[in-house]
Amino acid sequence: MSKGVAITGMGVISAIGNNAQENFEALISRKSGISKISHINTIHADDIMVGEIATTNSTFEKQLGLSENSFSRSPILGIIAAKEALAQSGISDVNDYKTGLISSTTVGGMDKSEQYFYEYFESDTHWNHINGLHAGDSTRKIAEAIGLKESYVTTISTACSSAANAIMLGARMIKSGRLDRVIVGGTDALSKFTINGFKTLMILSDTYSTPFDEHRKGLNLGEAAAFLVLESDAVVKKENRKVLAYVKGYGNSNDAFHQTASSENGDGAVLAMEKALKVAGLKAKDIDYINAHGTATPNNDLSEGRALLRIFGEGKVPEFSSTKAYTGHTLAVAGGVEAVYAVLAIQNNRVYPNLNFKTPMKEFDLQPETAVKEKEIKHVLSNSFGFGGNCSTIIISKEA
Amino acid sequence: MIKPVYINSVGSVSVQKTFDNSEFLNETTVYNDTVAKVIAPDYKQYIPAAQARRMAKGIKMSTVSSQTALKEAGREQVDAIIVGTGLGCIGDSEKFVGDIIDNDEQFLTPTRFIQSSHNTVAGQIALGIGCQGYNFTYVHAAISFESALIDAKMQLENNEAEHILVGGVDEMVKHHVDTHRLIGHIKSEATESSKLLESNTKGAVMGEGSHFFVLSNKMQESTYAELLSVECYNTLSKEELPVKINQFLLENNVTLEAIDLVILGNNGDVDFDSYYNELSETYFKNTAQAYYKHLSGEFDTASGFAFWLASKVLKTQHVPEVIELNQLSTQKPNTILIYNQYRGENHSLVLLKKC
Repeated sequence: MSKGVAITGMGVISAIGNNAQENFEALISRKSGISKISHINTIHADDIMVGEIATTNSTFEKQLGLSENSFSRSPILGIIAAKEALAQSGISDVNDYKTGLISSTTVGGMDKSEQYFYEYFESDTHWNHINGLHAGDSTRKIAEAIGLKESYVTTISTACSSAANAIMLGARMIKSGRLDRVIVGGTDALSKFTINGFKTLMILSDTYSTPFDEHRKGLNLGEAAAFLVLESDAVVKKENRKVLAYVKGYGNSNDAFHQTASSENGDGAVLAMEKALKVAGLKAKDIDYINAHGTATPNNDLSEGRALLRIFGEGKVPEFSSTKAYTGHTLAVAGGVEAVYAVLAIQNNRVYPNLNFKTPMKEFDLQPETAVKEKEIKHVLSNSFGFGGNCSTIIISKEA
Repeated sequence: MIKPVYINSVGSVSVQKTFDNSEFLNETTVYNDTVAKVIAPDYKQYIPAAQARRMAKGIKMSTVSSQTALKEAGREQVDAIIVGTGLGCIGDSEKFVGDIIDNDEQFLTPTRFIQSSHNTVAGQIALGIGCQGYNFTYVHAAISFESALIDAKMQLENNEAEHILVGGVDEMVKHHVDTHRLIGHIKSEATESSKLLESNTKGAVMGEGSHFFVLSNKMQESTYAELLSVECYNTLSKEELPVKINQFLLENNVTLEAIDLVILGNNGDVDFDSYYNELSETYFKNTAQAYYKHLSGEFDTASGFAFWLASKVLKTQHVPEVIELNQLSTQKPNTILIYNQYRGENHSLVLLKKC
């Protein structure tokens, strides 16, 4: 069980860019992707801000050679990010090794299901979207687009920790020898369903979100897709791959406290971070940068902050930031987007700023990094927490 | 050192009366419909009435089947909870979408949204027993349950966990049935379940159910069987299918002759049962064959019913007549192979052995 899990390719599309390079440039130039919503017609348009990808479905469909309105937005975004990741690895035949695809999503094709919910019974024009409601259908379309056959293709949905869990499962499958290569990540498009869902929970901010700030008002929803290519040591050696970084540690645990809220002291988060450090064989002091979950809801940031203090100790928490003020909270994909950002942080030795932070929270002495900081980064710890008490931590490292 | 993996207990709520572990299909219900609804246990015995009223059907079914499995295994706690579900609590998702449209995005309450999260069942079970361990939910159509099995098996083999609660659940709701009937995935004519395979019509008879198991790397008195192997393939042609099965058996050092019973996922869909029929007539022609979707109905985690069935057959050493598919029978079932696919995709092979 001491095998390395190499990241040899990555792709991301979010409100701050259609590929990894664009995302990185936005991150270091403090360019947020948060705006008013334009693609979805909702009565909440004036009350919320979102991290929306500017490009429309029809532009993407032309780019991918798909017919008009054939796919919902989640698989479209997923195909773009997965293809970018494979191209970076230099993989031309995805079936040349025992390869898997582990995607994740919370909404799947909900953007179309909610649009044609009643129309399906009046006209057959959009019946192509009926099966798209199945979460696994977005993954099936990604597998087809990258030509993956006779392989292990599955989908995880554990709310907002989904993609982190996809990375974790992928790493475990490489380590156990079940797979030689696995494409891991997730995709989630904005939908009225999630906008209204989070609205009823009263955790949507009416302005730019402010993670870890005393006056935080809630989250901005976002949409994104992100995928990483993980490969075994044997494949890396045989194909002479350029390794971007390694998945070094991972841990999942359950807060077992409340269906939607985190426990006051972040018990689940503490367990997840402890497990990840143990798998990585690292001590808390080895972590150079923390990409926090940091949704900017009152509950998350307090619970996560306390968990960070419990793991790292008072005054010993390394530079940390939430990048959700750039992208919005991209739900299932958050852990995937942020894993790509972790690799970019390691490659470029940069800590990203936590935008919009002004006032420290009164409960503790904890301040996120607010500048673009240059620093040697060997180990990044990335948190993702979701409904159902689901807590996940991934550690991405420069060396195996 | 790879550790063996055992099925130490079962729990089932399905469209047959399966919630009582002391029985094994003693009586079966014959349906003459396009759908079959769950035969509910007395939920009051498991869930306080006030709570049950707000609970989605999938959560209620899973509360019973998971409690049944935990009790039979003699466990109050497990190291991990892993659930497969094609659609989660789809009833709440659909009601929430309906409410959004009907009320123009106003006057909505969060309960339906919260329950619509795919991992609600796994989260609720963890909350119920206070389990802070690993908690995963797989949502990949017909291999949702098998994905959960693979995950659990990896952890138990490597001794990362000793006892894992693994399950599959899907509930059936109206909008989903109506829309899937439009596209021919569900039959449009009532079909008598005892004659399901002779229907000669498109689509399946839709069912629902929840199946939970305690898997462990330690054998105990309640043990049903050993889980030898699980594999999934997103695509497979009919020509490639026997080749892959052969390879799968070889990798597990099991010969075709050693398979005492093969459980097939025929669902009476004239367009896709050929995957099974060709195997029945050629590859498995000398093997005792069984089927179950005339009992369980079709749903994303229907293979959980097959896993329950195989476990029961191995423990009781009895093959109920109602599941027999061919003239061959087995007196002493020792090794069982389960093969399932849905609409030509998401093929799975599961191999179990008597302990």
